Amino acid sequence: MTGHPSPSVISRYAGGDLDLDEATLWSVEVHLEECADCRARLAGSAPGDVVALLERVSAGVELQVAAGPAPARRRWSARRHRWLVWRLVPWLTMTATVLGCAVLLQALRPSLPSLVLLLAPVAPLPGVAVAWSRGSDPAWELVASTPAAGLSLLLRRAAAVLAVIVPVLGLASNRTGVSLALALSPCLAFTTMAIALGVVVGVRRAAIGLAAAWGLVVALPALLTADLPVLLRPGGIAVWVLVTVASAGFAVTRADRFRRLSSRN
Amino acid sequence: MRTVSAAETAPTTHPWVVHAEQLRVRAGRHLAVDGLDLALGNGVHGLLGPNGAGKTTLMRALATVVEPAGGRLTLLGESVDGRGDYRKVRRGLGYLPQQFGFYPRFTVREFVEYMAWLKEMPKTAVPGAVQRAIERVGLADRADARMKTLSGGMLRRAGIAQAIVNDPAVLLLDEPTVGLDPEQRLDFRELLRDFGVDSCVLVSTHLVEDVVAACTDVVMMNEGRLLFQGTPEALIAQGSEGDAGDSPAERGYSALLRRHRAEAAA
Repeated sequence: MTGHPSPSVISRYAGGDLDLDEATLWSVEVHLEECADCRARLAGSAPGDVVALLERVSAGVELQVAAGPAPARRRWSARRHRWLVWRLVPWLTMTATVLGCAVLLQALRPSLPSLVLLLAPVAPLPGVAVAWSRGSDPAWELVASTPAAGLSLLLRRAAAVLAVIVPVLGLASNRTGVSLALALSPCLAFTTMAIALGVVVGVRRAAIGLAAAWGLVVALPALLTADLPVLLRPGGIAVWVLVTVASAGFAVTRADRFRRLSSRN
Repeated sequence: MRTVSAAETAPTTHPWVVHAEQLRVRAGRHLAVDGLDLALGNGVHGLLGPNGAGKTTLMRALATVVEPAGGRLTLLGESVDGRGDYRKVRRGLGYLPQQFGFYPRFTVREFVEYMAWLKEMPKTAVPGAVQRAIERVGLADRADARMKTLSGGMLRRAGIAQAIVNDPAVLLLDEPTVGLDPEQRLDFRELLRDFGVDSCVLVSTHLVEDVVAACTDVVMMNEGRLLFQGTPEALIAQGSEGDAGDSPAERGYSALLRRHRAEAAA
Protein backbone atom coordinates (compact mmCIF):
# COMPACT_ATOMS: atom_id res chain seq x y z
CA MET A 1 0.00 0.00 0.00
CA THR A 2 1.50 3.30 -1.04
CA GLY A 3 -0.94 5.64 0.69
CA HIS A 4 -4.55 6.43 1.49
CA PRO A 5 -7.05 6.01 -1.33
CA SER A 6 -8.40 9.28 -2.69
CA PRO A 7 -11.71 10.59 -1.29
CA SER A 8 -13.38 10.09 -4.63
CA VAL A 9 -12.42 6.39 -4.67
CA ILE A 10 -13.72 5.99 -1.12
CA SER A 11 -17.04 7.62 -1.96
CA ARG A 12 -17.35 5.41 -5.06
CA TYR A 13 -16.58 2.37 -2.86
CA ALA A 14 -19.17 3.51 -0.33
CA GLY A 15 -21.77 3.92 -3.05
CA GLY A 16 -21.14 0.44 -4.40
CA ASP A 17 -19.93 1.76 -7.75
CA LEU A 18 -19.76 -1.23 -10.12
CA ASP A 19 -17.26 0.54 -12.39
CA LEU A 20 -14.59 0.38 -9.71
CA ASP A 21 -12.12 -2.27 -10.91
CA GLU A 22 -11.44 -5.25 -8.75
CA ALA A 23 -7.81 -4.49 -7.94
CA THR A 24 -8.73 -1.08 -6.58
CA LEU A 25 -11.65 -2.53 -4.69
CA TRP A 26 -9.42 -5.04 -2.93
CA SER A 27 -6.72 -2.55 -2.09
CA VAL A 28 -9.30 -0.12 -0.68
CA GLU A 29 -10.81 -2.90 1.41
CA VAL A 30 -7.44 -4.02 2.78
CA HIS A 31 -6.54 -0.42 3.55
CA LEU A 32 -9.83 0.22 5.31
CA GLU A 33 -9.24 -2.68 7.63
CA GLU A 34 -6.10 -1.03 8.92
CA CYS A 35 -6.80 2.69 8.71
CA ALA A 36 -9.24 4.27 11.14
CA ASP A 37 -9.08 7.69 9.41
CA CYS A 38 -10.21 6.24 6.09
CA ARG A 39 -12.95 4.30 7.81
CA ALA A 40 -14.20 7.57 9.26
CA ARG A 41 -14.07 9.12 5.79
CA LEU A 42 -15.97 6.12 4.43
CA ALA A 43 -18.69 6.61 7.04
CA GLY A 44 -18.96 10.26 6.05
CA SER A 45 -19.25 9.59 2.33
CA ALA A 46 -21.86 6.83 2.49
CA PRO A 47 -24.96 7.66 0.44
CA GLY A 48 -28.15 8.67 2.22
CA ASP A 49 -30.06 5.42 1.77
CA VAL A 50 -27.18 3.37 3.24
CA VAL A 51 -27.00 5.67 6.27
CA ALA A 52 -30.76 5.39 6.74
CA LEU A 53 -30.57 1.58 6.52
CA LEU A 54 -27.75 1.43 9.08
CA GLU A 55 -29.69 3.68 11.43
CA ARG A 56 -32.75 1.52 11.13
CA VAL A 57 -30.72 -1.62 11.84
CA SER A 58 -28.97 -0.14 14.85
CA ALA A 59 -32.26 1.13 16.28
CA GLY A 60 -33.73 -2.35 15.86
CA VAL A 61 -30.76 -4.03 17.53
CA GLU A 62 -30.88 -1.59 20.44
CA LEU A 63 -34.57 -2.24 20.89
CA GLN A 64 -33.97 -6.00 21.07
CA VAL A 65 -31.05 -5.59 23.45
CA ALA A 66 -33.22 -3.46 25.75
CA ALA A 67 -36.04 -6.02 25.63
CA GLY A 68 -33.78 -9.02 26.35
CA PRO A 69 -32.45 -10.13 29.73
CA ALA A 70 -29.82 -7.96 31.40
CA PRO A 71 -26.27 -9.22 30.95
CA ALA A 72 -25.01 -11.30 33.85
CA ARG A 73 -23.02 -9.32 36.36
CA ARG A 74 -19.30 -9.80 36.16
CA ARG A 75 -18.48 -11.71 39.26
CA TRP A 76 -15.46 -11.57 41.44
CA SER A 77 -13.19 -14.25 40.02
CA ALA A 78 -11.78 -15.19 43.42
CA ARG A 79 -15.18 -16.62 44.25
CA ARG A 80 -14.10 -19.81 42.57
CA HIS A 81 -11.92 -20.42 45.59
CA ARG A 82 -14.75 -19.78 47.96
CA TRP A 83 -15.03 -23.40 49.10
CA LEU A 84 -11.39 -23.23 50.12
CA VAL A 85 -12.08 -20.07 52.12
CA TRP A 86 -14.88 -21.81 54.07
CA ARG A 87 -12.81 -24.91 54.68
CA LEU A 88 -9.93 -22.83 55.90
CA VAL A 89 -11.83 -20.47 58.18
CA PRO A 90 -11.66 -22.71 61.29
CA TRP A 91 -7.99 -23.55 60.75
CA LEU A 92 -6.92 -20.01 60.04
CA THR A 93 -8.96 -18.72 62.98
CA MET A 94 -7.20 -21.22 65.19
CA THR A 95 -3.79 -20.16 63.88
CA ALA A 96 -4.60 -16.49 64.39
CA THR A 97 -5.89 -17.20 67.91
CA VAL A 98 -2.76 -19.12 68.83
CA LEU A 99 -0.60 -16.29 67.53
CA GLY A 100 -2.74 -13.81 69.48
CA CYS A 101 -2.26 -15.87 72.64
CA ALA A 102 1.47 -15.88 71.99
CA VAL A 103 1.45 -12.09 71.80
CA LEU A 104 -0.53 -11.88 75.05
CA LEU A 105 1.74 -14.32 76.86
CA GLN A 106 4.74 -12.39 75.65
CA ALA A 107 3.28 -9.22 77.14
CA LEU A 108 2.60 -10.95 80.45
CA ARG A 109 5.89 -12.84 80.69
CA PRO A 110 8.59 -10.88 78.85
CA SER A 111 11.21 -13.29 80.11
CA LEU A 112 10.05 -16.06 77.74
CA PRO A 113 11.81 -16.50 74.39
CA SER A 114 9.81 -14.94 71.56
CA LEU A 115 6.78 -17.21 71.16
CA VAL A 116 5.77 -15.56 67.90
CA LEU A 117 9.12 -16.52 66.38
CA LEU A 118 8.77 -20.07 67.66
CA LEU A 119 5.30 -20.38 66.19
CA ALA A 120 5.94 -18.59 62.88
CA PRO A 121 7.38 -21.63 61.02
CA VAL A 122 4.42 -23.88 61.78
CA ALA A 123 1.71 -21.22 61.37
CA PRO A 124 0.96 -21.92 57.66
CA LEU A 125 1.10 -25.72 57.97
CA PRO A 126 -2.51 -26.44 59.04
CA GLY A 127 -3.85 -24.36 56.16
CA VAL A 128 -1.50 -25.92 53.60
CA ALA A 129 -2.42 -29.41 54.79
CA VAL A 130 -6.12 -28.67 54.42
CA ALA A 131 -5.64 -27.07 51.00
CA TRP A 132 -4.27 -30.26 49.45
CA SER A 133 -5.84 -33.37 50.81
CA ARG A 134 -8.60 -35.63 49.62
CA GLY A 135 -10.43 -35.51 52.90
CA SER A 136 -11.00 -31.77 52.86
CA ASP A 137 -11.79 -31.22 49.17
CA PRO A 138 -15.25 -32.65 48.50
CA ALA A 139 -14.72 -32.63 44.74
CA TRP A 140 -11.22 -34.11 44.87
CA GLU A 141 -12.10 -36.88 42.44
CA LEU A 142 -13.32 -34.35 39.88
CA VAL A 143 -10.36 -32.05 40.46
CA ALA A 144 -7.89 -34.92 40.18
CA SER A 145 -9.12 -35.77 36.69
CA THR A 146 -8.59 -32.24 35.33
CA PRO A 147 -5.47 -30.93 33.62
CA ALA A 148 -5.17 -28.08 36.14
CA ALA A 149 -4.56 -30.50 39.02
CA GLY A 150 -0.90 -30.28 39.82
CA LEU A 151 1.75 -28.18 41.44
CA SER A 152 0.32 -24.92 40.10
CA LEU A 153 -3.05 -25.53 41.76
CA LEU A 154 -1.33 -26.50 45.00
CA LEU A 155 0.73 -23.30 44.85
CA ARG A 156 -2.41 -21.25 44.27
CA ARG A 157 -4.04 -22.75 47.33
CA ALA A 158 -0.89 -22.37 49.41
CA ALA A 159 -0.72 -18.72 48.34
CA ALA A 160 -4.30 -18.24 49.52
CA VAL A 161 -3.25 -19.58 52.93
CA LEU A 162 -0.18 -17.37 53.08
CA ALA A 163 -2.26 -14.34 52.09
CA VAL A 164 -3.98 -14.67 55.47
CA ILE A 165 -1.11 -15.96 57.61
CA VAL A 166 1.48 -13.39 56.53
CA PRO A 167 -0.52 -10.29 57.63
CA VAL A 168 -1.39 -11.97 60.94
CA LEU A 169 2.28 -12.80 61.48
CA GLY A 170 3.20 -9.26 60.53
CA LEU A 171 0.79 -7.87 63.11
CA ALA A 172 2.00 -10.27 65.79
CA SER A 173 5.68 -9.56 65.16
CA ASN A 174 4.96 -5.85 65.17
CA ARG A 175 3.23 -6.13 68.56
CA THR A 176 6.04 -8.08 70.17
CA GLY A 177 8.77 -6.09 68.48
CA VAL A 178 10.53 -8.90 66.64
CA SER A 179 11.88 -8.52 63.13
CA LEU A 180 9.31 -9.25 60.41
CA ALA A 181 11.94 -10.88 58.20
CA LEU A 182 12.83 -13.25 61.01
CA ALA A 183 9.20 -14.28 61.39
CA LEU A 184 8.42 -14.60 57.68
CA SER A 185 11.47 -16.40 56.33
CA PRO A 186 10.93 -19.58 58.40
CA CYS A 187 7.22 -19.37 57.62
CA LEU A 188 7.96 -19.45 53.88
CA ALA A 189 10.64 -22.10 54.29
CA PHE A 190 8.27 -24.43 56.13
CA THR A 191 5.57 -23.91 53.49
CA THR A 192 7.94 -24.89 50.67
CA MET A 193 9.36 -27.73 52.76
CA ALA A 194 5.85 -29.10 53.34
CA ILE A 195 5.26 -29.01 49.59
CA ALA A 196 8.64 -30.58 48.79
CA LEU A 197 8.21 -33.34 51.36
CA GLY A 198 4.67 -33.74 50.05
CA VAL A 199 6.22 -35.13 46.88
CA VAL A 200 7.39 -38.10 48.91
CA VAL A 201 4.82 -38.65 51.64
CA GLY A 202 1.83 -36.44 50.72
CA VAL A 203 1.33 -32.85 51.76
CA ARG A 204 -0.83 -33.56 54.79
CA ARG A 205 1.61 -36.03 56.32
CA ALA A 206 4.51 -33.74 55.48
CA ALA A 207 2.83 -30.85 57.28
CA ILE A 208 2.05 -32.93 60.37
CA GLY A 209 5.57 -34.36 60.44
CA LEU A 210 7.25 -30.99 60.06
CA ALA A 211 5.10 -29.40 62.78
CA ALA A 212 5.84 -32.28 65.17
CA ALA A 213 9.56 -32.20 64.41
CA TRP A 214 9.75 -28.44 64.91
CA GLY A 215 7.84 -28.65 68.17
CA LEU A 216 9.96 -31.44 69.63
CA VAL A 217 13.39 -30.54 68.32
CA VAL A 218 13.35 -26.74 68.46
CA ALA A 219 10.34 -25.15 70.16
CA LEU A 220 10.19 -27.30 73.31
CA PRO A 221 13.93 -27.14 74.14
CA ALA A 222 13.84 -23.39 73.50
CA LEU A 223 10.99 -22.97 75.97
CA LEU A 224 12.70 -25.12 78.56
CA THR A 225 16.05 -23.39 78.29
CA ALA A 226 14.40 -19.99 77.78
CA ASP A 227 16.84 -19.34 74.98
CA LEU A 228 16.15 -18.74 71.27
CA PRO A 229 17.90 -21.20 68.95
CA VAL A 230 20.51 -19.92 66.51
CA LEU A 231 18.11 -20.47 63.62
CA LEU A 232 15.76 -17.81 64.94
CA ARG A 233 18.43 -15.16 65.40
CA PRO A 234 19.16 -12.65 62.62
CA GLY A 235 22.00 -14.85 61.32
CA GLY A 236 19.52 -17.65 60.61
CA ILE A 237 17.75 -15.86 57.78
CA ALA A 238 20.35 -17.00 55.25
CA VAL A 239 19.69 -20.62 56.25
CA TRP A 240 15.93 -20.17 55.83
CA VAL A 241 16.34 -18.58 52.42
CA LEU A 242 18.61 -21.44 51.38
CA VAL A 243 16.08 -24.02 52.60
CA THR A 244 13.26 -22.21 50.80
CA VAL A 245 15.11 -22.13 47.50
CA ALA A 246 16.32 -25.73 47.77
CA SER A 247 12.93 -27.18 48.68
CA ALA A 248 11.11 -25.08 46.09
CA GLY A 249 13.59 -26.30 43.46
CA PHE A 250 13.06 -29.90 44.52
CA ALA A 251 9.26 -29.52 44.37
CA VAL A 252 9.42 -27.97 40.90
CA THR A 253 11.56 -30.79 39.50
CA ARG A 254 9.04 -33.33 40.83
CA ALA A 255 5.97 -31.32 39.83
CA ASP A 256 4.41 -34.29 38.03
CA ARG A 257 3.94 -36.08 41.34
CA PHE A 258 1.17 -33.68 42.33
CA ARG A 259 -1.16 -34.31 39.43
CA ARG A 260 -3.45 -36.63 41.40
CA LEU A 261 -4.24 -34.24 44.25
CA SER A 262 -2.17 -35.86 46.92
CA SER A 263 -1.83 -39.33 45.48
CA ARG A 264 -0.17 -40.30 48.72
CA ASN A 265 -2.53 -38.68 51.19
CA MET B 1 -19.06 -19.82 14.09
CA ARG B 2 -15.58 -20.46 15.46
CA THR B 3 -12.12 -20.98 14.12
CA VAL B 4 -11.11 -24.62 13.87
CA SER B 5 -7.55 -25.13 15.01
CA ALA B 6 -5.07 -27.31 13.16
CA ALA B 7 -4.99 -29.71 16.12
CA GLU B 8 -8.68 -30.42 15.72
CA THR B 9 -8.49 -31.32 12.07
CA ALA B 10 -5.30 -33.37 12.39
CA PRO B 11 -5.88 -37.06 11.64
CA THR B 12 -5.77 -39.35 14.64
CA THR B 13 -2.85 -41.73 14.69
CA HIS B 14 -4.15 -44.06 17.38
CA PRO B 15 -6.35 -47.05 16.52
CA TRP B 16 -8.42 -46.89 19.72
CA VAL B 17 -9.55 -44.00 21.86
CA VAL B 18 -9.29 -46.17 24.98
CA HIS B 19 -6.95 -49.13 24.92
CA ALA B 20 -6.19 -51.28 27.95
CA GLU B 21 -3.94 -54.32 27.82
CA GLN B 22 -3.74 -56.62 30.84
CA LEU B 23 -4.71 -53.63 32.95
CA ARG B 24 -4.57 -54.06 36.72
CA VAL B 25 -5.86 -51.41 39.11
CA ARG B 26 -6.05 -51.51 42.88
CA ALA B 27 -8.91 -50.26 44.98
CA GLY B 28 -7.20 -49.99 48.35
CA ARG B 29 -5.39 -53.32 48.79
CA HIS B 30 -7.82 -55.25 46.62
CA LEU B 31 -7.00 -55.75 42.95
CA ALA B 32 -10.37 -54.61 41.57
CA VAL B 33 -9.38 -54.67 37.90
CA ASP B 34 -7.24 -57.71 37.21
CA GLY B 35 -5.91 -58.30 33.72
CA LEU B 36 -8.50 -56.43 31.70
CA ASP B 37 -8.16 -56.15 27.92
CA LEU B 38 -10.37 -53.52 26.42
CA ALA B 39 -10.39 -51.50 23.20
CA LEU B 40 -12.96 -48.79 22.66
CA GLY B 41 -13.50 -46.53 19.67
CA ASN B 42 -16.02 -43.74 19.18
CA GLY B 43 -19.59 -44.53 20.12
CA VAL B 44 -21.61 -45.14 23.27
CA HIS B 45 -20.35 -48.09 25.29
CA GLY B 46 -22.45 -49.43 28.12
CA LEU B 47 -20.46 -50.92 30.99
CA LEU B 48 -22.41 -53.66 32.77
CA GLY B 49 -21.49 -55.92 35.61
CA PRO B 50 -22.56 -56.97 39.09
CA ASN B 51 -21.59 -55.00 42.20
CA GLY B 52 -17.89 -55.31 42.91
CA ALA B 53 -17.05 -56.19 39.31
CA GLY B 54 -14.52 -53.34 39.20
CA LYS B 55 -16.55 -50.93 37.10
CA THR B 56 -15.94 -47.87 39.27
CA THR B 57 -12.25 -48.69 39.70
CA LEU B 58 -11.90 -49.04 35.92
CA MET B 59 -13.65 -45.67 35.47
CA ARG B 60 -11.27 -44.07 37.95
CA ALA B 61 -8.25 -45.48 36.15
CA LEU B 62 -9.58 -44.26 32.80
CA ALA B 63 -10.18 -40.82 34.36
CA THR B 64 -6.49 -40.83 35.44
CA VAL B 65 -7.56 -40.46 39.08
CA VAL B 66 -5.86 -43.66 40.22
CA GLU B 67 -2.64 -45.07 38.88
CA PRO B 68 -2.75 -48.51 37.23
CA ALA B 69 -0.88 -51.16 39.21
CA GLY B 70 0.16 -52.98 36.06
CA GLY B 71 -0.46 -53.50 32.38
CA ARG B 72 -0.78 -50.81 29.77
CA LEU B 73 -3.38 -48.09 29.41
CA THR B 74 -3.50 -45.77 26.43
CA LEU B 75 -5.97 -42.89 26.19
CA LEU B 76 -6.26 -40.84 23.01
CA GLY B 77 -2.96 -42.32 21.86
CA GLU B 78 -1.08 -41.19 24.97
CA SER B 79 0.22 -43.70 27.44
CA VAL B 80 -1.07 -43.26 31.00
CA ASP B 81 1.51 -45.09 33.04
CA GLY B 82 2.43 -42.81 35.92
CA ARG B 83 5.11 -40.95 34.01
CA GLY B 84 4.91 -37.99 31.69
CA ASP B 85 2.40 -35.21 31.44
CA TYR B 86 -1.31 -36.01 31.60
CA ARG B 87 -2.52 -32.54 30.73
CA LYS B 88 -3.15 -33.26 27.07
CA VAL B 89 -5.16 -36.38 27.85
CA ARG B 90 -7.05 -34.72 30.69
CA ARG B 91 -8.13 -31.81 28.50
CA GLY B 92 -10.04 -34.33 26.41
CA LEU B 93 -11.66 -36.05 29.39
CA GLY B 94 -15.11 -35.66 30.90
CA TYR B 95 -15.75 -37.59 34.09
CA LEU B 96 -18.71 -38.04 36.38
CA PRO B 97 -17.67 -40.03 39.45
CA GLN B 98 -20.05 -42.33 41.26
CA GLN B 99 -19.71 -40.48 44.54
CA PHE B 100 -19.90 -37.05 43.17
CA GLY B 101 -18.51 -34.46 45.57
CA PHE B 102 -19.36 -30.82 45.08
CA TYR B 103 -19.09 -27.51 46.82
CA PRO B 104 -22.48 -26.87 48.46
CA ARG B 105 -22.23 -23.08 48.40
CA PHE B 106 -21.54 -22.87 44.66
CA THR B 107 -24.38 -22.23 42.26
CA VAL B 108 -24.72 -24.70 39.39
CA ARG B 109 -23.23 -22.15 37.01
CA GLU B 110 -20.29 -21.38 39.28
CA PHE B 111 -19.61 -25.08 39.73
CA VAL B 112 -19.61 -25.81 36.01
CA GLU B 113 -17.53 -22.67 35.40
CA TYR B 114 -15.01 -23.75 38.00
CA MET B 115 -14.74 -27.17 36.37
CA ALA B 116 -14.34 -25.53 32.94
CA TRP B 117 -11.55 -23.43 34.39
CA LEU B 118 -9.88 -26.52 35.87
CA LYS B 119 -10.15 -28.18 32.46
CA GLU B 120 -8.11 -25.28 31.08
CA MET B 121 -10.68 -24.14 28.57
CA PRO B 122 -9.96 -20.83 26.84
CA LYS B 123 -11.33 -18.02 28.99
CA THR B 124 -13.49 -16.57 26.25
CA ALA B 125 -15.14 -19.93 25.52
CA VAL B 126 -16.12 -20.63 29.12
CA PRO B 127 -19.40 -18.65 29.60
CA GLY B 128 -20.93 -19.93 26.36
CA ALA B 129 -19.83 -23.52 26.94
CA VAL B 130 -21.17 -23.45 30.50
CA GLN B 131 -24.57 -22.16 29.41
CA ARG B 132 -24.75 -24.75 26.62
CA ALA B 133 -23.82 -27.62 28.96
CA ILE B 134 -26.42 -26.53 31.53
CA GLU B 135 -29.08 -26.26 28.85
CA ARG B 136 -28.23 -29.68 27.45
CA VAL B 137 -28.94 -31.34 30.78
CA GLY B 138 -32.10 -29.29 31.26
CA LEU B 139 -30.99 -27.28 34.29
CA ALA B 140 -31.20 -23.82 32.72
CA ASP B 141 -33.98 -22.72 35.08
CA ARG B 142 -31.91 -23.72 38.14
CA ALA B 143 -28.57 -22.42 36.85
CA ASP B 144 -28.27 -19.83 39.61
CA ALA B 145 -29.53 -22.06 42.43
CA ARG B 146 -27.02 -23.24 45.01
CA MET B 147 -25.87 -26.82 44.73
CA LYS B 148 -27.07 -27.65 48.24
CA THR B 149 -30.66 -26.77 47.29
CA LEU B 150 -30.79 -29.26 44.39
CA SER B 151 -32.49 -32.65 44.49
CA GLY B 152 -30.58 -35.86 43.81
CA GLY B 153 -31.55 -36.03 40.14
CA MET B 154 -30.67 -32.37 39.60
CA LEU B 155 -27.27 -32.90 41.24
CA ARG B 156 -26.65 -35.81 38.93
CA ARG B 157 -27.52 -33.59 35.96
CA ALA B 158 -25.23 -30.85 37.24
CA GLY B 159 -22.53 -33.52 37.36
CA ILE B 160 -23.24 -34.49 33.77
CA ALA B 161 -23.07 -30.79 32.80
CA GLN B 162 -19.58 -30.43 34.25
CA ALA B 163 -18.49 -33.61 32.47
CA ILE B 164 -19.61 -32.44 29.03
CA VAL B 165 -18.66 -28.77 29.37
CA ASN B 166 -15.37 -29.21 27.48
CA ASP B 167 -16.85 -31.36 24.67
CA PRO B 168 -14.64 -34.26 25.74
CA ALA B 169 -13.27 -36.87 23.37
CA VAL B 170 -13.58 -39.44 26.18
CA LEU B 171 -16.70 -39.12 28.31
CA LEU B 172 -16.80 -41.35 31.39
CA LEU B 173 -20.09 -41.48 33.27
CA ASP B 174 -20.33 -43.64 36.37
CA GLU B 175 -23.98 -44.38 37.19
CA PRO B 176 -25.32 -41.23 35.54
CA THR B 177 -28.98 -42.28 35.56
CA VAL B 178 -29.31 -42.68 39.33
CA GLY B 179 -32.08 -40.36 40.52
CA LEU B 180 -33.27 -39.34 37.05
CA ASP B 181 -36.99 -39.60 36.37
CA PRO B 182 -38.18 -41.55 33.29
CA GLU B 183 -38.51 -38.44 31.13
CA GLN B 184 -35.05 -37.21 32.04
CA ARG B 185 -33.65 -40.62 31.28
CA LEU B 186 -35.07 -40.39 27.76
CA ASP B 187 -33.46 -36.95 27.33
CA PHE B 188 -30.24 -38.35 28.71
CA ARG B 189 -30.24 -41.18 26.17
CA GLU B 190 -30.60 -38.55 23.44
CA LEU B 191 -27.59 -36.71 24.85
CA LEU B 192 -25.58 -39.93 24.86
CA ARG B 193 -26.40 -40.60 21.23
CA ASP B 194 -25.33 -37.05 20.33
CA PHE B 195 -21.99 -37.50 22.03
CA GLY B 196 -21.44 -40.99 20.65
CA VAL B 197 -21.25 -39.62 17.13
CA ASP B 198 -17.77 -38.17 17.48
CA SER B 199 -16.51 -39.16 20.92
CA CYS B 200 -16.01 -42.25 23.02
CA VAL B 201 -18.64 -42.47 25.75
CA LEU B 202 -18.40 -45.10 28.48
CA VAL B 203 -21.48 -45.35 30.69
CA SER B 204 -21.47 -47.58 33.72
CA THR B 205 -24.92 -48.61 34.82
CA HIS B 206 -27.03 -51.33 36.39
CA LEU B 207 -29.97 -50.67 34.10
CA VAL B 208 -29.72 -53.12 31.23
CA GLU B 209 -32.54 -51.45 29.30
CA ASP B 210 -30.63 -48.14 29.28
CA VAL B 211 -27.73 -49.92 27.63
CA VAL B 212 -29.87 -51.57 25.01
CA ALA B 213 -31.70 -48.33 24.21
CA ALA B 214 -28.80 -45.91 23.99
CA CYS B 215 -25.56 -47.81 23.50
CA THR B 216 -23.90 -48.98 20.32
CA ASP B 217 -21.73 -51.41 22.21
CA VAL B 218 -21.97 -53.41 25.43
CA VAL B 219 -18.99 -54.09 27.66
CA MET B 220 -19.58 -56.54 30.47
CA MET B 221 -17.12 -57.28 33.21
CA ASN B 222 -17.00 -59.48 36.25
CA GLU B 223 -14.35 -59.83 38.97
CA GLY B 224 -12.05 -57.39 37.25
CA ARG B 225 -12.03 -59.10 33.87
CA LEU B 226 -13.76 -58.53 30.58
CA LEU B 227 -16.60 -60.99 30.15
CA PHE B 228 -18.24 -59.86 26.97
CA GLN B 229 -17.99 -57.10 24.40
CA GLY B 230 -20.40 -56.74 21.50
CA THR B 231 -23.52 -55.06 20.23
CA PRO B 232 -26.74 -55.02 22.27
CA GLU B 233 -28.15 -57.53 19.78
CA ALA B 234 -25.28 -59.89 20.52
CA LEU B 235 -26.03 -59.55 24.23
CA ILE B 236 -29.68 -60.37 23.62
CA ALA B 237 -28.64 -63.41 21.55
CA GLN B 238 -26.78 -64.81 24.57
CA GLY B 239 -29.99 -65.39 26.50
CA SER B 240 -32.77 -67.89 26.00
CA GLU B 241 -36.32 -68.15 27.33
CA GLY B 242 -35.23 -70.17 30.33
CA ASP B 243 -32.91 -67.49 31.75
CA ALA B 244 -33.81 -65.11 34.55
CA GLY B 245 -34.90 -61.62 33.53
CA ASP B 246 -37.92 -59.67 32.29
CA SER B 247 -36.52 -58.46 28.96
CA PRO B 248 -34.42 -60.18 26.28
CA ALA B 249 -31.40 -58.09 27.24
CA GLU B 250 -31.76 -58.94 30.93
CA ARG B 251 -31.96 -62.63 30.02
CA GLY B 252 -28.79 -62.24 27.95
CA TYR B 253 -27.07 -60.53 30.88
CA SER B 254 -28.01 -63.15 33.41
CA ALA B 255 -27.15 -65.99 31.03
CA LEU B 256 -23.65 -64.59 30.48
CA LEU B 257 -23.11 -64.12 34.19
CA ARG B 258 -24.42 -67.57 35.07
CA ARG B 259 -22.22 -69.22 32.45
CA HIS B 260 -19.16 -67.33 33.68
CA ARG B 261 -19.81 -68.29 37.30
CA ALA B 262 -20.28 -71.93 36.33
CA GLU B 263 -16.95 -71.86 34.47
CA ALA B 264 -15.22 -70.21 37.41
CA ALA B 265 -16.61 -72.82 39.82
CA ALA B 266 -15.60 -75.73 37.58
